[in-house]
Amino acid sequence: MSQAIKKHHEPLIHITKRDQMVWWKGWLIRAIAILAALVVSGGVIMLLTGLNPISVYAEMVDGNFGSSRKLWMLLQKTAILLCIALAVTPAFKMKFWNCGGEGQTLAGCIAAAACMIHLGDSMPGWLLILVTFVMSVCAGALWGVIPAFFKARYNTNETLFTLMMNYVAIQLVEVLEVLWENPKNSGTVGVINRNSQAGWLPDLFGQRYLLNILIVAAVCILVYVYLKHSKQGYEVSVVGESQNTARYVGIDVKKVIVRTMIVSGAICGLAGFLLVSGTGHTIGPNTVGGQGFTAMMVSWMAKFNPIVMILTSGLIIFLQQGATAIATTFRLHDSLADIVTGIILFFIIGCEFFIQYQIHFRRSRKEGVEK
Amino acid sequence: MNELLVFICGFIAVAIKQGTPLLFGSTGEILTEKSGNLNLGIPGIMYMGGVSGVIGAFFYEKAVGAGELNPVWGVLIPLIAALIGAALLALVYSFLTITLRANQNVTGLALTTFGVGIGDFFGGSLAQLFGEGGSLSVKRSSTLFRSTLPFAEDWGAIGELFFSYGFLVYLAVVLALVAAFILRRTRIGLNLRAVGENPATADAAGINVTRYKYAATVVGGAIAGLGGLYYIMDYAYGTWSDGSFGDRGWLAIALVIFALWKPKVGILGSFLFGALYVLPAYIHYGENRMVQYFVMMLPYVVTIVVLVITSMRKKREHQPPESLGLPYFREER
Repeated sequence: MSQAIKKHHEPLIHITKRDQMVWWKGWLIRAIAILAALVVSGGVIMLLTGLNPISVYAEMVDGNFGSSRKLWMLLQKTAILLCIALAVTPAFKMKFWNCGGEGQTLAGCIAAAACMIHLGDSMPGWLLILVTFVMSVCAGALWGVIPAFFKARYNTNETLFTLMMNYVAIQLVEVLEVLWENPKNSGTVGVINRNSQAGWLPDLFGQRYLLNILIVAAVCILVYVYLKHSKQGYEVSVVGESQNTARYVGIDVKKVIVRTMIVSGAICGLAGFLLVSGTGHTIGPNTVGGQGFTAMMVSWMAKFNPIVMILTSGLIIFLQQGATAIATTFRLHDSLADIVTGIILFFIIGCEFFIQYQIHFRRSRKEGVEK
Repeated sequence: MNELLVFICGFIAVAIKQGTPLLFGSTGEILTEKSGNLNLGIPGIMYMGGVSGVIGAFFYEKAVGAGELNPVWGVLIPLIAALIGAALLALVYSFLTITLRANQNVTGLALTTFGVGIGDFFGGSLAQLFGEGGSLSVKRSSTLFRSTLPFAEDWGAIGELFFSYGFLVYLAVVLALVAAFILRRTRIGLNLRAVGENPATADAAGINVTRYKYAATVVGGAIAGLGGLYYIMDYAYGTWSDGSFGDRGWLAIALVIFALWKPKVGILGSFLFGALYVLPAYIHYGENRMVQYFVMMLPYVVTIVVLVITSMRKKREHQPPESLGLPYFREER
């Protein structure tokens, strides 16, 4: 009998879920992961370019902080990415996997461009900006609420639905590009209202992007308050934790799903407004350029915390700008930035495991203990 | 009448060629999803497969120099390189989602970012790194992949319809049929479906959930990688051009839904999607390019409609695998 017990196989590694890690330990692990990722991506760039490691990072810093223009680009791009990340966050907190940030933002872009093109001459500047803003937000919300409606009503898979909606939006832009192309047969929309600048967000203190950045900062605070300190935000997290619990305490789950996606889509629409009215003043299928997807990862990396998202979106943009600068210097393809982003994401995604779970190795047991 | 037949056969042949990358992608993704893993990294994996194949061919052509390519090595080296490249990327996904239980959506999207980055980077810069300049091109190897059966041209329209393809097209169909057979008719397939539907139950029944998930994801990824290989070596004549692969990876994921997770339906679906993809070129829309782009929207719209209808009808055999997208941790209840 004791023989049988002794032969009992104990696995080498045993994994258990941690209760709750001290907050600073979690962030320490994340910091180590980011550091490791920086080392690895630096190594990859080193292999490809022959730069020594110090100058890789020096180039990266220079690519971001080298001139005031580069610095403004860093801030501006971070703001846009942050805005989309903030947008998908309420949905994520509800465990509604909104992969449609790209499409919802693009819907906002479409509405903004449409207003600027078709209403450009018919109303005063401030009114046009207001109308453009409202229409963009509505368009984003509309694009977001369609999958939410079907999720709430028929439990349609939202990941796949929102994913498909992205490409519907992209094709829609292609269609509209033909309608709006300027000059004719150029295949692009060109800068909208180049001369009148109607519908363009104004410069603030002579800085072109300052207004964008301030708007996103305000949104960041609003989303933080909404999620942390409002009744609706609380309902979102209850639905995310357990739909059954939510039903039990009398929360109308369907209503929460639809309402949260309206919020999510509306903020995406705002990002679209900022992209068209506040940044590029044009529209094309690449206006959002995959940031809807990057934003999902930014939000997830920050554990859905709006304030931490400032850091994570800044980190991603820093790396992308830095890698692009290196690629330009060495005449390499600028998708180097994507490779570096991918590496850092893998590390951060992987390190979450060590925060959530604890690993126990098999201890060599003393003879006789089992008898 | 005869002309019409020739036209139709020609159209179908083009549609099949267009649909083949999607078929590889969807067969791979169906296997993956049947294990409960929603791998949104498929577009990246297909890029990776394509670029690995081209890199393999590039170095083989470099090694041979001006001499004649050995047809066996000329095909095998890119093929194996593509399989390894794609499988490696799928392995990264498997490790992160299965062993480290990371969120599948986030991991998949990161994988796509990474894979597309690798593809465009090496496609655009490999020749540059080796001091040859220009974009990556392996025309000689491509000829091997494009070679058809000798009698294809003699048989006219029928020859074009059935025999005008490189071997990868037939491989895509065969793989889809094999996948269908394994899923429906073998114990392995039954176990795999059990893992995807309810891993806890499968685990209790003594099925090694981790092993099945790993195997399905890696094999699925390798198959999807062949889609990239086919596109670049056969369809694009061995020349890499930036972004030309386009949204085919996402179309492959759409096709999985359209085919209701059935590889056999995926075969017909891929030809249909391929037809929709090339249809704009055949319509005489005159000056109006808008129609063209509207048609290109159709595969996605059709997929959404299928998704909505299946969720409305709630027929059990048409649903996504029950545990799709969820990580499995034995000790969690």
